[in-house]
Amino acid sequence: MTTDPLLKVDGLRIALSGSKTTYNAVEEVSFDIGRGEAFGLVGESGCGKSITALAVMGLLKRPLSLGGGRIVLDGEEIQDASPAEMRELRGSRIGMIFQEPMTALNPLSPVGRQIAEMFVLHQKAGWSEAMDRAEEALRQVRVPSPERRIKDYPHQLSGGMRQRVMIAIALACSPELLIADEPTTALDVTVQAEIIDLMAELCAAKGTAILMISHDLGLVANMCKRVAVMYAGRIVEAQPAEAIFADPQHPYTQGLVSSLPRLGERSRRGRQRLREISGVVPSIQAYPPGCRFNPRCPRATDVCLSVPPDITPLPADSLVRCHHHG
Amino acid sequence: MRKGGLSLWVGGGLVALALAVAIFAPLIALTDPVMGANLMNAEIPPGLEFPFGTDAQGRDIYSRICYGARISLTVGIVSQILNSLIGVTLGLTAGYWGGLWDDLVSGLTNLMLAIPSLIFALAIMAILGPGLVSLLIALGLTSWSYSCRIARAQVLSLKSQGYIQAARILGYGDLRIMFTQVLPNILGPLIVIATLGMGGAILAEAALSFLGLGIRPPFPSWGSMLSEARDQINTAPWLSVFPGLAIFLTVLGLNLLGDGLRDILDPQSTTRRT
Amino acid sequence: MAESLLQLDDLAVHFKVGSTFAGGIHTLKAVDGVTIDVKPGECLGLVGESGCGKSTLALAIMGLIPPTRGHVALDGRDLSERERLETARTVQMVFQDPYASLNPRQTVRRTLADPLRIHGVTDKAEVEARVADMLARVGLRPEHADRYPHEFSGGQRQRIGIARALILKPKLVICDEPVSALDVSIRAQIINLLLELKDELGLAYIMISHDLGVVEHVSDRVAVMYLGRIVEQGGWQEIFEDPRHPYTRALIAAIPDPFQRAAVPARAKAKGEIASALAPPPGCHFHPRCPLKADICVSQDPPLEAIAAGHRAACHFRDRSG
Repeated sequence: MTTDPLLKVDGLRIALSGSKTTYNAVEEVSFDIGRGEAFGLVGESGCGKSITALAVMGLLKRPLSLGGGRIVLDGEEIQDASPAEMRELRGSRIGMIFQEPMTALNPLSPVGRQIAEMFVLHQKAGWSEAMDRAEEALRQVRVPSPERRIKDYPHQLSGGMRQRVMIAIALACSPELLIADEPTTALDVTVQAEIIDLMAELCAAKGTAILMISHDLGLVANMCKRVAVMYAGRIVEAQPAEAIFADPQHPYTQGLVSSLPRLGERSRRGRQRLREISGVVPSIQAYPPGCRFNPRCPRATDVCLSVPPDITPLPADSLVRCHHHG
Repeated sequence: MRKGGLSLWVGGGLVALALAVAIFAPLIALTDPVMGANLMNAEIPPGLEFPFGTDAQGRDIYSRICYGARISLTVGIVSQILNSLIGVTLGLTAGYWGGLWDDLVSGLTNLMLAIPSLIFALAIMAILGPGLVSLLIALGLTSWSYSCRIARAQVLSLKSQGYIQAARILGYGDLRIMFTQVLPNILGPLIVIATLGMGGAILAEAALSFLGLGIRPPFPSWGSMLSEARDQINTAPWLSVFPGLAIFLTVLGLNLLGDGLRDILDPQSTTRRT
Repeated sequence: MAESLLQLDDLAVHFKVGSTFAGGIHTLKAVDGVTIDVKPGECLGLVGESGCGKSTLALAIMGLIPPTRGHVALDGRDLSERERLETARTVQMVFQDPYASLNPRQTVRRTLADPLRIHGVTDKAEVEARVADMLARVGLRPEHADRYPHEFSGGQRQRIGIARALILKPKLVICDEPVSALDVSIRAQIINLLLELKDELGLAYIMISHDLGVVEHVSDRVAVMYLGRIVEQGGWQEIFEDPRHPYTRALIAAIPDPFQRAAVPARAKAKGEIASALAPPPGCHFHPRCPLKADICVSQDPPLEAIAAGHRAACHFRDRSG
């Protein structure tokens, strides 16, 4: 049993109902996350990474809905769970962190109370005990002088401190899975580095698995063991983190890796013209037939224009979705 | 995509009807609204000959409503244009320049909002005396505070947008920025407010005329007709019902139109003619 | 040494914030004594995090905020002696957010042609020719001129923003995070375009960014700002290969770096949060977060002093490398 993954997403499809037709915002998305494993989902805006996370949490709202597929948490299918069951799961077994903590925190309630609420709701703790544990949780996320900070309201904290509070709330009940959607995008780079380290450290200590969602391939590769790259609603490549940078297989990933100026590159090789990915990200109403990357792909051939590529399994638990990978 | 939907069409239809009646009054009216008095026909209930009945002087109510539309709509449109000009100019400059000018305008706006505008208009009318022109002035000077507030708030939210900054950096003058960069982008809510304001002005005209300070008899406005009808409300209810209905439908139409416009002029809406 | 295009001399911009009644008036030292120059055709990278004053600095350079102290000189003449329009023809700006920086009610043609008319180019044919030329330079097609901003993607909008900044043929363009709001796969296109235009038109840039990869790629010289002051400045190689201020090292260490390629070890990371610019720490502003902090850092404010020609750092321990 222990070899079973903690979270198994299998053939996930998310439907977007438009005024006339229904589109598949996400389709054929499958991945596993082992216990305590950090897994990254990378892609640009609109690729479907965030709504995939929402689907796992049971938080899809109209016009989005689950179109098919299975979501299995610890051997139990949760894709058809009732809203009440999902509410119980979130917080106790799945923790969440979002990009902008200000919108996720209640502005009218002191942060200590918001952390304590988790213990009261999910672990039936009494309020005074819960407040003590909230203070301890703030200490764990390295908020200075937590005994005073528990009385602060969210607006009295800086962005980095608010995100620490979010982490404290998300990890309060030692969930098995932490879903972090662009947790540091709104923060300054030096603060971002600290928050990421903190998140990784606490999750390792509690044995919590992470589903990390970001547009920043470097950030995800640094933190996660395995990384999947999404493009236009599908996973196009999944590899161990080291390999995704060293040996990307999909032309899109290759483009991403080589299109961004990387620190130290100019010192070693002088200023090279950046490799561009031509064209633009397609909108969901206008996904091209065949491989969705074909209009921008340097390797596109006739087969790419008409036949959507299947997943090709590669060694080391990797996969790629391309007719001409490598 | 049909934004605005039903309220836009119903509202637009009612307003168009009122405008058509006003414009074509001489063609569709059955008799002269003032000279058509004939005591032989006094207080005839609605029927085939007089569709809306007649008043105590024997004048045809239907014809008087047709001509009354001219006055009521003129009051609504002209006074609201005046209000919009004052309000938008003050709001735009106050929001854009800020500082002392903004404090001054905001103070004045709050003062205007604190005084019931009808009472204020009443005072102006008392000084100027009854009549169409004084009515236009009284109503056109007293309810610009809504346009002013909306314009100011919109400018404040727009001021930090990159394209306003870019215009300053490119050397655009303040007035040019206000009129070419800011105004076109805040026109939507201002049109909505102006449409709703027209309904308000028509009601205010009715109220002032009802109090005897509006249009002088024998010239018909919907308000003055109501005012004259109040003594006979029990004996000849049609005298009040039809002008009341005209006001009700026109104001309803303007409000629906305003709501519908609010939906299409929503900045989220990207449909635009090219 | 070439004549400076832009010369900032002890520039400071302070704001009064708060009110006399609620909590009293405080002075926000957004920019506090910045001295730096930009030569024609040069790209100065300006690095810093929120609250460091880089945006205020940009506005002061364009004359939109009057300096509290010090001078801004363009082409050797103080900004206060220059006509507003003349300054507009010398320095322009590219904005971060391509969605908010274009007027939604104006066609591309109008966005590009109006500034020309304001600056006295009234000949219709000339306006047309310059608009068409600029569209071609930024990689847009002639028929794009009659479209509205909402018909374009983010990358194309940024191209329009660049065209607008260049239409008056400025010598200096301030690029405020020009790619950070764009999709990752689009960024390379815009960076390449900016570098091409720099060479073709002989432009000087001030590249404001928090993305050190971008700054290293495009800059000739780099200045690092923290809480209103420059803490280190130097050639790009000095800054990235031999950073001397702990804050510069912390910035570099903070970049997720799967290959450990940068010249800075992970232990250089900064602790804690950026202090408020309203109440900066005494002595060296960076000391509460600094791994090298000593007593002198709390009591004495380190001056920006030379390490080598053109490389300066404001740190008591600037001679320690690595």
